[in-house]
Amino acid sequence: MLGTGILKGLKETARNVIGSFRDKERLPTVMYPEEKVKTKENFRTFPFLVFDGNDAMLGLRCVSCRICEKECPPQCIFIIQERDENNKAVKHPRVFDIDFSVCMQCGICAEVCPFDAIKMDNIYELAGDDRFTGLLVDKHRLAKSNHYYHQIKPTEADEVDSRLAEDRRKAEEAAKAKAAAAAAKAAPPSSTAT
Amino acid sequence: MNLVERIDQAPLLLQRWAVGFFPAFLQPWVAMLISAAAIIGVFASLFALSTLAERKGLGRIQNRPGPNRVGPFGMLQPLADGIKMLIKEDIVPLRADKVLHFLAPIALIVPSLLVYSVLPIGRNLVAMQCQLGVLLFFAIGASTELSIFMAGWGSHNKYSILGSIRAIAQMISYELPMVLAAITVILVTSSLDTVKIVEAQAGGFWAWHVCTPWGAIALLTFFICALAESNRAPFDLPEAESELIAGHLTEYSGFKYALFFMAEYLGMMAISGMAITLFLGGWQAPLPMLDFIPSWLWFFGKLAGFVVLFIWIRGTLPRLRADQLMNLAWKFLLPIALLNIGLAGLWVKSSAWIAWPVSILLLVPAVIGLGRLLRGSRPRGGKRIYQYAD
Repeated sequence: MLGTGILKGLKETARNVIGSFRDKERLPTVMYPEEKVKTKENFRTFPFLVFDGNDAMLGLRCVSCRICEKECPPQCIFIIQERDENNKAVKHPRVFDIDFSVCMQCGICAEVCPFDAIKMDNIYELAGDDRFTGLLVDKHRLAKSNHYYHQIKPTEADEVDSRLAEDRRKAEEAAKAKAAAAAAKAAPPSSTAT
Repeated sequence: MNLVERIDQAPLLLQRWAVGFFPAFLQPWVAMLISAAAIIGVFASLFALSTLAERKGLGRIQNRPGPNRVGPFGMLQPLADGIKMLIKEDIVPLRADKVLHFLAPIALIVPSLLVYSVLPIGRNLVAMQCQLGVLLFFAIGASTELSIFMAGWGSHNKYSILGSIRAIAQMISYELPMVLAAITVILVTSSLDTVKIVEAQAGGFWAWHVCTPWGAIALLTFFICALAESNRAPFDLPEAESELIAGHLTEYSGFKYALFFMAEYLGMMAISGMAITLFLGGWQAPLPMLDFIPSWLWFFGKLAGFVVLFIWIRGTLPRLRADQLMNLAWKFLLPIALLNIGLAGLWVKSSAWIAWPVSILLLVPAVIGLGRLLRGSRPRGGKRIYQYAD
């Protein structure tokens, strides 16, 4: 019959209008600046540097090995190693800059880091009023605590923490074994004496 | 005069009071000016309201909230739109016909406002009571086609000219069934005076013309044609953005564009007002006991209903193809409207007891048969053969 399709369509749109006032399903818009969609745990944007303890600069896990700098595809990472008064290299970055305007958020730096020092953040409201300095972020702004890392990515951070603890335990055991071996090496003369 | 009547006639009394301040020889002119100013003021603000209602309504239909940033619940959105339109640069194409390009929006907005002069908005509330009111309405309304073609020709743009050619073809095609639908009312009331047509429908909703077999069909025909005449979806082919950018509006910006936009809405409301006057009892209350509500409120209530229906249909139906558009006008609406005139004559000459069954017996097969015909003209089944494209 002529016009039944039109009536069917009108009914559907009317259901949309009425439903939009009481059914979340029919009005799924999130009012962005006021409310935000909770990001997924594996959502990533820009990298940040993890530090342990309270002092951001002292607790940095970064040892300035520059693997991330070499691996970074768009080469947005810039590192200068710290040197002590004798010009001897120290395991600490003097300069660690990331240019967020160049970074493509691939996360390769976080993947290659053998010290779990650089991780991917989930901030997305980044805008600078300056093209050159605002988005060129230094180590002071990059450093974020392990606590923050736990907040944004709990499972991943737990896994990293347990792995680090395991490494530390192994290192201690190895050191102990070494010490024991050294002690054993030092001991034999007395044992042969007896 | 009691309070109810006083409120009912408030606009008229206000006008008389204002006119009283002027010397006698100026009074008719001042009265005219006040009527014109009132029409422009009221319907321009209704235009603003209906754009807001349209944007909110379409939003809800499409599962989104619509404008909600300007003012509480986005109420000030029309104001923001207006300011934006006014401060935009007015660009005239280098090779455009400057005179036509400038005159087209003016030549469109003037008739759009002029048609309101014969619409009875309430009891005794009509700017110009004219014995040929209905004729005047359609005559002035037809002149908008000229201004649309002026816009298309003056823009010196292929999209504009194609859009305006489409608009002319569409509007002339749909003018015919629309006027034929209106003729039934003229036949029955034997008057072209809009005020008399409204008065003929006094006494409750069963006295309205829509409650007769010919009136219902005529209103439906009239409404479909009104959609096409005001270039609204699903008949917005002249402005089909996927094919013609914006049709005759392509080369217009700033305030000239706003005038075109306003003319579209004014035309939509004027034609709804005419449908209300002809078929839905104008300013008459649906029940005699509801007469205490001012008559102009009834008119504007019915008008609001029509505007909502226009928005609802725009949000629901996809755009027609050009050949479907023409088929609907010439193969469906025109024969129905012609048959309907005969039925209106039967209604006048015989009693309702004869006219009702005869009308149903004639109309139902006609609508179904013509609908089948319409569907038959649509290519379906079989392999589609492309003649020019591989």
